[in-house]
Amino acid sequence: MKWVLVAAMVVATVLGDLLQSHEMKQAGEQSVSARGFARLLHVIAQRRLLILGIACNAVSFFSFMALVQTEPLSFAVPASSASFVLETLLAKFVLHEKLGARRTAGALAVLAGVVLVGG
Amino acid sequence: MTNPSQRSAALLKTYSVLLFFLALKAAGNSAMAWGMKQVPERMSINPALYLHAMLNPFVAMGVVALILALLTRMALFSLADLSFVLPVTAIGYVIAVFLGKVFLHETVTHQRWLGTLLIFAGAVLVGSTSRNTTASRVGSA
Repeated sequence: MKWVLVAAMVVATVLGDLLQSHEMKQAGEQSVSARGFARLLHVIAQRRLLILGIACNAVSFFSFMALVQTEPLSFAVPASSASFVLETLLAKFVLHEKLGARRTAGALAVLAGVVLVGG
Repeated sequence: MTNPSQRSAALLKTYSVLLFFLALKAAGNSAMAWGMKQVPERMSINPALYLHAMLNPFVAMGVVALILALLTRMALFSLADLSFVLPVTAIGYVIAVFLGKVFLHETVTHQRWLGTLLIFAGAVLVGSTSRNTTASRVGSA
């Protein structure tokens, strides 16, 4: 059951992040001041794919809540880094960002780490 | 083109937002894990269960901190690339294992520590080769 929750969390996170990254780059630079957050909320309201991205984050969030109810935090959080490996692949093949050999090696190390943490 | 002082200011801003995100995430994760273990009903597909669980003050604190972390990370996405943001924020996974052991008194095996160190090493490796191509894209536009 814990791996079902991890899978739900990872897929929802990956989809949500891709949509957010794509939409936020088009929206331009944002800040974290009080006015910055207000402007950020305005940007969110205008972009439908961004709202879908946030909905994915909600699914991921609920999966995480269920996971930490029964599993230790020291498993749940590192297990969620599996999304990073998947996102790095999608950043390359969907967003067409450049990934060097060291980045790829790093992503593989994270993947190996996730396997060990879950074992 | 950007001059060196503008570039270092942009870098300082990016790392400040990054640190703010990591602090929110660490606090939110810990409060959430602590609170959820106090909730008697087991979570399922029913969304009402999750909303009811949020009545627990620790779960509520976790939700607030993690929503703020989410908004902070969205701001971070506007400052840096996805393939930069994701590896550097992976350091947060290591912080979470530490907090789990120290504050939540979880048993962390040698294998789990090894896995966590691999995640950390991978994140540092990837982070050290990343460039803020968002800034250069804006600068050259």
